[in-house]
Amino acid sequence: MTAVRRLFGTLLQFPSAIAGLAIVLGMVLFALFAVIAIPYDEAVRLWRGGEDVWSDNPRTVPPAWVNWLPGINRPTTIRIDSAVEPGLKTRQSLDDDLDEVVIDFAIDYRFDGFPQEVTLFFTAAFAESRPNVTMTWTTPDGREVRLGNLTLRPSEAFRVSQESRLERRLNGLPPEVGLFADPDDPSRSLKGEYRLRVEGLLFEEAADLDARLVVYGRVHGWAGTDHRRRDLGVALLWGAPIALAFGLLAAVGTIVTTMFIAAMGVWYGGWIDAAIQRITEVNIILPFLPILIMVGTFYSRSIWVLLVVVVLLGIFSAGIKTYRAIFLQIKQAPYIEAARAYGAGNMRIIVRYMIPRIIPVLVPAFVSAVPTYVFLEASLAVLGLGDPVLPTWGKVINDAQANGALFRGHYFWVLQPAGLLLVTGFGFALVGFALDRVFNPRLRDV
Amino acid sequence: MADASAPLAGTGGVAPRRPRGASGSLARVTRFTLVRLLALFLTVVVGVYLTIMIANMGGYVDELRRSTIRENVSLAVGMDPELRRLPPAERLEFMESLIAIQEERLGLNRPFLLRSFAYLGSALTLDLGRSEFLSSDSGSREVRLIILERLGPTLLLFATGQLLLFFIALLGGLVLSRRYGGWLDRLVIALAPTSAAPSWFYGIFLILIFSAVLGVMPFGGMVASPPPPDPIDYALSLLKHLVLPVTAIVISAVFLSIYSYRTFFLIFASEDYVEMAKAKGLTSQAIERRYVLRPTLPNIVTQFAFLIITLWSGAIITETVFNWPGLGRTLFGAITVTDVPIIVATTVIYAYLLAVTVFLLDFVYAIVDPRVKLDVGGAL
Repeated sequence: MTAVRRLFGTLLQFPSAIAGLAIVLGMVLFALFAVIAIPYDEAVRLWRGGEDVWSDNPRTVPPAWVNWLPGINRPTTIRIDSAVEPGLKTRQSLDDDLDEVVIDFAIDYRFDGFPQEVTLFFTAAFAESRPNVTMTWTTPDGREVRLGNLTLRPSEAFRVSQESRLERRLNGLPPEVGLFADPDDPSRSLKGEYRLRVEGLLFEEAADLDARLVVYGRVHGWAGTDHRRRDLGVALLWGAPIALAFGLLAAVGTIVTTMFIAAMGVWYGGWIDAAIQRITEVNIILPFLPILIMVGTFYSRSIWVLLVVVVLLGIFSAGIKTYRAIFLQIKQAPYIEAARAYGAGNMRIIVRYMIPRIIPVLVPAFVSAVPTYVFLEASLAVLGLGDPVLPTWGKVINDAQANGALFRGHYFWVLQPAGLLLVTGFGFALVGFALDRVFNPRLRDV
Repeated sequence: MADASAPLAGTGGVAPRRPRGASGSLARVTRFTLVRLLALFLTVVVGVYLTIMIANMGGYVDELRRSTIRENVSLAVGMDPELRRLPPAERLEFMESLIAIQEERLGLNRPFLLRSFAYLGSALTLDLGRSEFLSSDSGSREVRLIILERLGPTLLLFATGQLLLFFIALLGGLVLSRRYGGWLDRLVIALAPTSAAPSWFYGIFLILIFSAVLGVMPFGGMVASPPPPDPIDYALSLLKHLVLPVTAIVISAVFLSIYSYRTFFLIFASEDYVEMAKAKGLTSQAIERRYVLRPTLPNIVTQFAFLIITLWSGAIITETVFNWPGLGRTLFGAITVTDVPIIVATTVIYAYLLAVTVFLLDFVYAIVDPRVKLDVGGAL
């Protein structure tokens, strides 16, 4: 315990180590927050759930905080649902079997530029006769635009932006622009309160209808959305625990087993040592990344299967040679002979006497290995071999690359996951470097 | 010595030299050479055989291929109006004969274990054979031609990048070791952790800055499309496309490499014999050349040799990110369609290059480091 405290004391003399530790701690807290805030099943549902989960999100838009930048006032998504707010809806009977439902949406639009899309989602309950709706748009300066009329099915989406007849009525402007444009200068939006009036005729006593208006904005959430309207925040948040788990488990798995096997080989010597040496030499020839890609393509893209393969291929790595050289020196030390003299068993000598001596080499190697594996996971994802279920940072970069994000100027899509990867990797590397200098006094002097 | 070389690759077996007779040492060298060659060859054989097994998933890929053939043949037969008029039994027979021909073409009619040894034999004799799916740009199915066609771009990119990196790191290390503690030295140490990220990662940032925002560099590829007909324009276009990937390769490793070399040189510069040389009043250039660089030569040579062989396979992801038509991307393409001959060919060539390099390095050590004694049965 005192050794650990002393280590921290020395470590805190390096400003880079403090920065690195702060980053690592921050990342761990971020990951814990992700796991607590969005449980695993919920994260998978939000990322893989299908259109229903993200149909109200705009497509490929930057995060909402861009509006904090000076001079930027991009529209946010406005979502009004008559099922949630019954006060919007009035119903009156016109005849025996004829009811009229009026839904009056008020949209307070005070943004620069135009929304991405405008869509009305209807749900209707009826037995045989389908309800009919008419939609009218009123601008703040009092102009009225008829959007169209529609005979409803039980579930219907009226995509205003795709109405070509409406586009002709609006002098060829796309509807989401034409509806919000200033008549004096169609390149600017007219700010104020817009109204959308939905008048529905119900032909049955028991029939009913509800409407949900979505005016898709041009910013979303704290991280933006991707090409499938998914909230990138889910992926960025959940990428942290996955990256940390993969990096730490792979580093522990490879470094600890490598060290243990090197110690066994040196201690027992003979054919065990020879076998370990030969296996290592063969393993160095095997193409590491291609094998991972093969496993990913033929067998399973699950991140945990790939983790096992990474560890298996990493055990007999070149590191064994380094540890072997150090263990060979340790084996000759007098205290090992003393341990043997008092009758310590083979395993006791390996675990209690040899391995502790190598910890100064091991700890920096371990910390420095973490970012390597974090980036390895991202690398596999960038090649399209990301986990099929879980959202990871690498997969977000892969989606962005596949959809030409840089080419089209969707920088947020690449910068956010890449930034998180960089910060994580940099944090661990900083700590690893500092540990290296603490544990290897020859480096500390120079 | 072992500690000192820890940041870089370790040297071979180092032991005090003992005087020996000339004939005895010749016999020893011959014996050493033969044992070493045999051990390396066996390693290559096992490594390549394992790769063959993995690339075929122990025979499982054959099942995939069989079902693909069956599906394609039955689809082709079903689409053919001539064959549709045949009686069902005859059509089935015809289909089976087509499937048999296809399976024979890929060698699927023989048991996998037998075939795996045949693959091994032809791979080891560098009879690379024909690819199963991919073809070269000129339309050839010869694996040799496909690899040769892609080798050029890969070598161009990675040789430029890695050599630049190597010499910048070496010179930078030397300069910093001379004036360590200065602001430049501290800057490099502070930036060393940036090497935790691989080159494709910096590639994305470079593309973002120089291609997307500034629009001064191409997004990827090797030459402009369509390629300029004039050779000078072609070379200029090539050069322009080379800038970003080479920068990515250099940036991703340069600070760590400079730091390692600098530390390495500093450790050697603190040896007693260097102090002695200083006391003798030698110039700093002479000290550097004779007392610092000379003993570190084996490590530098090792670094350089391994650098050269890593050029071979290129880098799958860097080439993918920059859309570079090199060997790495071909290998990735081959893996995704399970084109085993190409996967095995690149592995076997890499294995041979590695083995030859390791073999030659032993002799190079003996030449550049007089302390090295050839150690029979040493490490790879």
